[in-house]
Amino acid sequence: MDQQTLQRIFYGALGLILLVVLGGGLAAAGWPGAAFALFAFMTLGGGLVCIWERSVVRSAFALMSTFMGIAGLFILLESDFLAMAQILIYVGGILALLLFGVMLTPPDMSERKLGRVLPGLGIVGLAILWVGLKVAATAKWAVQGAPLDGRADGPISSAEAIGVGFLAVDQYVVAFELAAIVLTVALVAAVYIARRRLSDVQPSRTRAGEVG
Amino acid sequence: MGLGAYVAVSAALFGLGIVAIITRRNVLYILMGIEMILNAANINFVAFNRFGDNGLDGRMFAIFTIILAAAEAAVALAIVLNVFHLFSSVKPSEADLLRE
Repeated sequence: MDQQTLQRIFYGALGLILLVVLGGGLAAAGWPGAAFALFAFMTLGGGLVCIWERSVVRSAFALMSTFMGIAGLFILLESDFLAMAQILIYVGGILALLLFGVMLTPPDMSERKLGRVLPGLGIVGLAILWVGLKVAATAKWAVQGAPLDGRADGPISSAEAIGVGFLAVDQYVVAFELAAIVLTVALVAAVYIARRRLSDVQPSRTRAGEVG
Repeated sequence: MGLGAYVAVSAALFGLGIVAIITRRNVLYILMGIEMILNAANINFVAFNRFGDNGLDGRMFAIFTIILAAAEAAVALAIVLNVFHLFSSVKPSEADLLRE
């Protein structure tokens, strides 16, 4: 079977799964169920496409679907601030960084041979999936709040509470400052590691004693 | 939708991330797999926080995970660029300078 037919079968199956999942969610829990099904499909379908596609650029854009789906799940979980941060940082920042990496590295032609090891590793992945789903389905959780559509007064925004939590002395202010220090150090270090030495770029114009 | 549904999505995403890490030879795919795994952990944090009664702890943990993921992605990309500069390859198996 050639690559193009495989590709068609994969995406056709993905579309069918979307329809089935949307219908199932709608039938099981109404519109909240359908929204959950859509976001869960975006998350997991994006991950699947990311693994399936051979081109790094396509995988990166599939990962965007994953991040957007997770942002949707956060909104369903009444964490609007987190959803916004997810889109800002992951889609706007980390994905752009990955695409920079794609631009700065050459295409990897040896990827096509990996089809041979894929079955065995697929089994490993399925085993992890199966254990996770089994635990998720059968575990008796100690915490069981109200389901999402059970609130009478509508969803609650958590943005203000999170902002206060960041700055209140008796809550998360130490972790907040530590995160700021970690970000500063990591980003300065990243710039330092990734810089090009002047001697690599213009060997003839580098004078003695000039480093960096 | 109850807690179990979110935990199931998170578990599936974690599995996909593991598969992305072990089936691909390109460093960029490994970074993508790591992002998937961190996101799976985030879904768990937020879901347990939403269905539990522990204040804001889970959501704060999720925010700090996102912050650390951003720092990790920047440093990892810088390291990838440097490794590519040294070895002319983005496969982690070819960076074997210490073996010689």
